[in-house]
Amino acid sequence: MRVGVFICHCGNNIAGTVDVKKVAEETRRLPGVVYATDYMYTCSEPGQDEIKETIKKEGLDRVVVASCSPRMHEVTFRRTVEKGGLNRYFLEMANIREHISWVGEDKELNTNKAIEAVRIAVAKVMRNKPLYSKSFKVNKRVLIIGGGVAGMQAALDCADGNLEVLLVEKSPSVGGMMARLDKTFPTIDCSICILGPKMVDVAQHEKIKLYAYSEIEEIKGYVGNYQIKIRKKATYVDWSKCTGCGECMEKCPTKNAYDHFNFGVAPTRAINIPFPQAIPKKAKIDPKYCRQFLKGKCGVCAKICPTGAINYEMQDEIVTEEVGAIIVASGYGLIDMDRLPEYGGGRYPDVITGIQYERLLNASGPTSGHILRPSDKTEPKTVVFVSCAGSRDKSIGIPYCSNFCCMYIAKQAILTKDHIPDSRSYVFYIDIRSSGKGYDEFVRRAQEDYGVNYIRGRVSRIYPKGKKMVVRGADTLLGTQVEIEADLVVLATAVTAAPGAAELAEKLHISYDTFGFYVESHPKLRPVETNTSGVFLAGAAQGPKDIPASVCQGSAAASKVLALFSRDTLESDPAIAQVNTNACVGCLKCVETCPFGAIKEKELRDGRVVAEVIETVCAGCGICTSTCPCGAIQLQHFTDNQLLAEVNTLCQS
Amino acid sequence: MSVIAAKELRIIGFLCNWCSYGGADTAGISRFKQPTDLRIIRVPCSGRVDPLFIVKALLNGADGVLVSGCHPRDCHYSDGNFYARRRLEMLKRLLPFIGIDERRFHYTWISASEGERWQQVVTDFTKQIHKLGPLHTKTEVRVES
Repeated sequence: MRVGVFICHCGNNIAGTVDVKKVAEETRRLPGVVYATDYMYTCSEPGQDEIKETIKKEGLDRVVVASCSPRMHEVTFRRTVEKGGLNRYFLEMANIREHISWVGEDKELNTNKAIEAVRIAVAKVMRNKPLYSKSFKVNKRVLIIGGGVAGMQAALDCADGNLEVLLVEKSPSVGGMMARLDKTFPTIDCSICILGPKMVDVAQHEKIKLYAYSEIEEIKGYVGNYQIKIRKKATYVDWSKCTGCGECMEKCPTKNAYDHFNFGVAPTRAINIPFPQAIPKKAKIDPKYCRQFLKGKCGVCAKICPTGAINYEMQDEIVTEEVGAIIVASGYGLIDMDRLPEYGGGRYPDVITGIQYERLLNASGPTSGHILRPSDKTEPKTVVFVSCAGSRDKSIGIPYCSNFCCMYIAKQAILTKDHIPDSRSYVFYIDIRSSGKGYDEFVRRAQEDYGVNYIRGRVSRIYPKGKKMVVRGADTLLGTQVEIEADLVVLATAVTAAPGAAELAEKLHISYDTFGFYVESHPKLRPVETNTSGVFLAGAAQGPKDIPASVCQGSAAASKVLALFSRDTLESDPAIAQVNTNACVGCLKCVETCPFGAIKEKELRDGRVVAEVIETVCAGCGICTSTCPCGAIQLQHFTDNQLLAEVNTLCQS
Repeated sequence: MSVIAAKELRIIGFLCNWCSYGGADTAGISRFKQPTDLRIIRVPCSGRVDPLFIVKALLNGADGVLVSGCHPRDCHYSDGNFYARRRLEMLKRLLPFIGIDERRFHYTWISASEGERWQQVVTDFTKQIHKLGPLHTKTEVRVES
């Protein structure tokens, strides 16, 4: 065996705290190693060329690169050794940057640890076997989860790229959070006026199949071939008959149903169409409030409906679909005001959230665009906005910035002045974060042209006093306490992960961070990809994002899918489990433990039952391998022999 | 060349590729300083870690073993870490029977974004192993049995 080792300086990143020359020197003495060198930047073009040339010159049959994390450059160097004429699995990487040079302070200890890391890699690479990928066909349909602005953008871009698109939205209409907004910053453009046409495009595009009021039930398969089960939730209205005339809604006697679209600013009817521009514009019954469901008698809507669309017996329906890629654009949620007791959120009707205020400002909202206090329906003259209500607050577990509140507060303060010219607005802020194009100018406009009073400091308490709400806080610029008697208080509540985000991530096999936001492959260079190939991210599901950023990511995710589907076949990862039928005793414990159902039983010609791996389904976790009592099923590239060789190398001294 | 006498002990870490290995990478990128004793072996999933690897390591000369995977319910392979948890918990209880102090083995869950947590776990575990001292398998077996 002829192993070649290439130790990277990574400029000063590694060479600064690891004696790379010594690592090369020590490595050269290892059995099997015929060549070891150090190089300034191994990942650079000349660096990779050197590997290729050395493979030929020295007749290497295995290569170890000691540099950065394999999660960073394994693919790069696999390609290099392949170009050098070796099988791509004859490469191992020793991570001497992230795990050694960047975390250890003592050069002697670091150097020693780097030598050990190379020794493990050499031990492993000498036991590596050549593996070959197989190609498989790609199903060129894409599933998009979430019909907000990011999901719709992705759907339209994919559909325009001639892909078949399934758009699954859990609420009765597409549009997401943006459909609820009145105006958008920094142009004060009407939100639904720019979103509405997009929603119609989605509904009318012949390549897009819309599943509204539906949720993902189950996802199986792998990139190129996913099988999806979609639950179409019962609406109790036959949407093929419903024309969206809204007569049922007018006549429904239940007037106290919770309005999800308006975030409960005003009640709605038990049968309702969420908003006038809804797509699809169809009615839906909320059985939690409907008299027919609660008391067993009413039936007004069934009597009134001109097309006979009402069906109280309707059940959820499960639909099966097949796709090749998935874009997740499931959006965000907002922190519950109950978690901010010092602000009286949820206790006092005149303390509301930003999105509720947005509905009050909106012409199609419950007050037809008139700002009215929820308590007594009067026009507020003093409005106080509280930014970072929950955000950037470690004590309630949300240390991050919610990204767009500074901007929407400025917008809402401007709109307040437009609606009620003799009103006064106050904004309590910690910092103003307005880094987008035209954003800072917009905040200045709020302060300078609209006379909004910005007070730098946190609000400590909000409590009622007669008809007013007293907002008590600090002014840290003046170093004084401030008390403002407000008619209405608007909290810029923290952005959280969407409800159910974790469950969806588990179905998709993608990871999420401590806060429930989905984790991208690389924060800088692969922002819309996940570590699960074929699954992409768009919008605020990945972290708080405003409209332009969400649209950007929607398009980016769509372009990734289009690139993926530009080929007819994809290559499979050959690092999967393999059964040695001679050693297999047919206990089939592996079949029971495989999370993907990738192992089945097979009868040999002599009647013996053994396990067999379904190659396209196996994901390469190796749970079967550590379950198998006789070591008959081995995960390629991570076999018992290979891992034990690493263990033994570390234990010998 | 192995551990440096009087400064280091021999600790082996099995890290799953998707979460904990990424968490250790994040710790590196963020320059969270750590003791150098731990050597990392990358595995696809914590469910791939056969308890026998750990036993072999401890009997053959390792002074401590750490296994880290994705948080429960956040596994790249759906439930590999649940299998890991069962096996490793079992192993933890069995170690005293083969005469090894169970504190020499630790398993934990660290996600790819938790660099700081990784630093903490490595530092704490290394300290613990140093407190227990080197594992002389024969003496420890005698004491326990």
